[in-house]
Amino acid sequence: MRFLLLFSRQGKLRLQKWFTAMTDREKKKIIREMTTIVLARQPRSCNFLQWKDLKIIYKRYASLYFCLAVENQENELLALEVIHRYVELLDKYFGNVCELDIIFNFEKAYFILDEFLMGGEIQETSKQIVNRAIESSDMLQEDDHSEWYEVELFGP
Amino acid sequence: MPAVSKGDGMRGLAVFISDIRNCKSKEAEVKRINKELANIRSKFKGDKALDGYSKKKYVCKLLFIFLLGHDIDFGHMEAVNLLSSNKYTEKQIGYLFISVLVNSNSDLIRLINNAIRNDLASRNPTFMNLALHCIANVGSREMAEAFVSEIPRILVAGDTMDSVKQSAALCLLRLNRTCPDLVPMGEWTARVVHLLNDQHLGVVTAATSLIATLAQKSPDDFKTSVSLAVARLSRIVTSAAIDLQDYTYYFVAAPWLSVKLLRLLQCYPPPEDAALRSRLTECLETILSKAQEPPKSKKVQHSNAKNAVLFEAITLIIHHDNEPNLLVRACNQLGQFLQHRETNLRYLALESMCTLASSEFSHEAVKTHIETVINALKTERDVSVRQRAVDLLYAMCDRSNAKQIVAEMLSYLETADYSIREEIVLKVAILAEKYAVDYTWYVDTILNLIRIAGDYVSEEVWYRVIQIVINRDDVQGYAAKTVFEALQAPACHENLVKVGGYILGEFGNLIAGDPRSSPLVQFSLLHSKFHLCSVPTRALLLSAYIKFINLFPEVKGTIQDVLRSDSQLRNADVELQQRAVEYLRLSCIASTDILATVLEEMPPFPEKESSILAKLKKKKGSSKLPDLNDARRNINGSTNHTEDTETAEKVSTHSFTDKLNVNSTPSTGASLLVDVFSDVSNTPAPNDVSEEHFLRFVCKNNGVIFENQLLQIGLKSEYRQNLGRMYVFYGNKTSTQFLSFSSSVSSNDLLQTQLNIHTKTVDPVIDGGAQVQQILNIECLSDFSDAPVLHIQFRYGGALQNIAVKLPVMLNKFFQPTEMTSQDFFQRWKQLGAPQQEVQKIFKAQHQMDSDVAKAKLLGFGVALLDGVDPNPANFVGAGIIHSKTTQVGCLIRLEPNTQAQMYRLTLRTSKDSVSQRLCELLSEQF
Repeated sequence: MRFLLLFSRQGKLRLQKWFTAMTDREKKKIIREMTTIVLARQPRSCNFLQWKDLKIIYKRYASLYFCLAVENQENELLALEVIHRYVELLDKYFGNVCELDIIFNFEKAYFILDEFLMGGEIQETSKQIVNRAIESSDMLQEDDHSEWYEVELFGP
Repeated sequence: MPAVSKGDGMRGLAVFISDIRNCKSKEAEVKRINKELANIRSKFKGDKALDGYSKKKYVCKLLFIFLLGHDIDFGHMEAVNLLSSNKYTEKQIGYLFISVLVNSNSDLIRLINNAIRNDLASRNPTFMNLALHCIANVGSREMAEAFVSEIPRILVAGDTMDSVKQSAALCLLRLNRTCPDLVPMGEWTARVVHLLNDQHLGVVTAATSLIATLAQKSPDDFKTSVSLAVARLSRIVTSAAIDLQDYTYYFVAAPWLSVKLLRLLQCYPPPEDAALRSRLTECLETILSKAQEPPKSKKVQHSNAKNAVLFEAITLIIHHDNEPNLLVRACNQLGQFLQHRETNLRYLALESMCTLASSEFSHEAVKTHIETVINALKTERDVSVRQRAVDLLYAMCDRSNAKQIVAEMLSYLETADYSIREEIVLKVAILAEKYAVDYTWYVDTILNLIRIAGDYVSEEVWYRVIQIVINRDDVQGYAAKTVFEALQAPACHENLVKVGGYILGEFGNLIAGDPRSSPLVQFSLLHSKFHLCSVPTRALLLSAYIKFINLFPEVKGTIQDVLRSDSQLRNADVELQQRAVEYLRLSCIASTDILATVLEEMPPFPEKESSILAKLKKKKGSSKLPDLNDARRNINGSTNHTEDTETAEKVSTHSFTDKLNVNSTPSTGASLLVDVFSDVSNTPAPNDVSEEHFLRFVCKNNGVIFENQLLQIGLKSEYRQNLGRMYVFYGNKTSTQFLSFSSSVSSNDLLQTQLNIHTKTVDPVIDGGAQVQQILNIECLSDFSDAPVLHIQFRYGGALQNIAVKLPVMLNKFFQPTEMTSQDFFQRWKQLGAPQQEVQKIFKAQHQMDSDVAKAKLLGFGVALLDGVDPNPANFVGAGIIHSKTTQVGCLIRLEPNTQAQMYRLTLRTSKDSVSQRLCELLSEQF
């Protein structure tokens, strides 16, 4: 896998994960192209596209598009299920996940992805094991909650 | 406020995100962000030491701002501090920030590496995992260098936790992708292979990914993985009883692992051991049979996972290409998918069948689906599916169905998506040429192409139809008649005018007997298009007119009138004006005999691989293009790939344009033209040949080649493929005229057969302080070692001056740089291993050893520099192709500087020993 992008129907990027080194400029260009191409697709089209030398696999869940780029020899159908498994993991963690969960807890969305994928390969396909890992990392949080109710000095 | 955070909620962060979302405009957002940045900056700079939680929160805010698309230029240090926190969430945020924001050349990399090293040594699996993730996410060379020896140890250590093993395997895989040269092979490889037997399926999956990647680089090191992979696959696929618990995905047993095992097996040929082979065949058969079973769930996830394994199995079957039975079964299965109601499956079936079509065992079976594929082309709503259908039609085409397929593609072209038209045009042109039994069909097809999609017909396509017509006299009359008819259309595409002009200019006489296409009618028809055309087309038409004068003396007067008109003779475009002037003059002064010789019919073009195919390969990348060879793939298709790319590189675009333009020296006419216009005879006097600056031109094309008190000679040259043009500038440094100035080029007998040089004459007088220019057209016929000599003779103040200069026309000028992957490079390098193909020289550096200078010189030499091929970054590796008229010679170069010894070692490998030798001589003098 080369990259995974999550964006909304309005083309707002919600999550970006790059599995190969790229400059910020290249990244921005790819994000622009991907959102344009994917959002322009007709409904009921197939979920795959050829883009340069990569295969793009995308799928829409509610208001969010998940867009995964893989090398040419990769298996498209399984890539589709990588996306689905990630959605299931998010769902399990947030409980009926929605776009807002990902906006407000973006760091969690990244952590969950990291438990599941690494370096562009699937790390753990068992949902139970990934969930256990995510939950246990939540348990490791610090005890000190004194700052929890801190008052913001600058309001909206 | 929406969305209560779970776990360690950071309320301040949620407030900030909510604020940003409430911003009504971009300006408001920027304002809010700047306010926040100022706040964070003051917190970080403040006297009061921040506690871990605050630091984490602010770093997280910075990350959020960055992910919104704003630049962040501080906070890195605070993030690095978080790495050494003992609190998991703080460490976690620190690592996330580093992974997203720190680029490889940051100053902080040393500090980060220290933190990672501590975590790797902590023996705390969660910390170790975080550290490994960070290495994989950043994946830079520095990190690879720091940890690449450590990770294999963690991977195979007996006491490593399973989850850490998984991370270590994938981390190593990632580093191998970035810096394959750094990952050491060693005794750990055997132990990694044994992870395929591990109890934990997660570990097996990660290990399989790693092995499948490493095995591509060094298959021998991982040979033993084949039997383990087959055994593992067999247990998953064939034993229904086994319970894989959570590794069963929607009723499919371990689909990810199955696919990875099948991928790993694609790194190897079919197992030689009979028992192992039959076990594998059994697995593949079971997978194919399962596709026929009723689904265990209606969920799309179930069918996706099941079919993912099926498609991967089919890929392996195609890769092995040795079991006709399996290949045909695979083809039938894909045939079912072609009509499936899931668009995804139709798309994949078309794609997969494309590769099946190139196996001799299944080619016929694929062909039976032609009607379905044609139907897909007509009815699919999704352009990417239609594109795949075009690809498949192209792949399944052979002599038996070419007419049908070409006709279907042509009719699809009328409505095809603009994005894929050019590709379809190329495909039609290739198929029409390749499978033409009857060349009238070929001519019709190409003219149809131009009519339907003229804008998408590239030069290569119409060059090619002309080459073919010129080379086959059985089709010339038909071609002339057909273009004549096509040109009758009131609006025809400019490409048709080009083809028509060229063909009628050559073969108009074949249809001139018919009064409906008499010479005058032909001329008027062409000339009626003239004013609507662009300059290059008009230039071509002028050449056609002069050819008419030769073919049909009766229209000479009419054409001369046209050439003589102000719009031609005084045309603002230099090219058109020059042609008009020269052609008019030629038609007036040359005798019929001379005209007939100068304007003789074009000689046949040398037969080479079609330049259209090269263009299509370039467009698609050769890997995507099924080979169309009549001899279908042999066993183990993998070997084919290299041959494929090699031919792609050997293809030359014909020197066609130059042959079209009469005024850039056509091979037969030029010397005669020169004779008509000049009366200068060249008798070079023998004297010493200056070669003082010769070697300075090896790596550059422009500069001063000779200078004395009287004369300065400058050069500017350009080369393309096997052709070159050199502009020689003679500058008179004195204030007195040079008289009887003449210059000519001579070559020794051998060189004359290797290199063609045509000179244009120069004015015999050069005024004091003036500069005149002479053009040399150069054609490389075959590889050569000598250099031609430029002889100059003139009178200065009564004394005859003789100067001879060795002209810097060297073999390397005909280089075309070639990019290739390191895998291709090494494969090619090995192929060129015969002793006479390699020439090596070790020599002392003559200049300061500067890497950038060396790089520039190698580029100037003409090769492409390939980064990341040589394990030692200080070395240079390059590749290119020498083009001559008869052959192309692929060349690989390696230059190894040794700064301590102030020496270089230069190695050249080419397919021709004389080329290796000459290139080595030339290049070794440059450093």
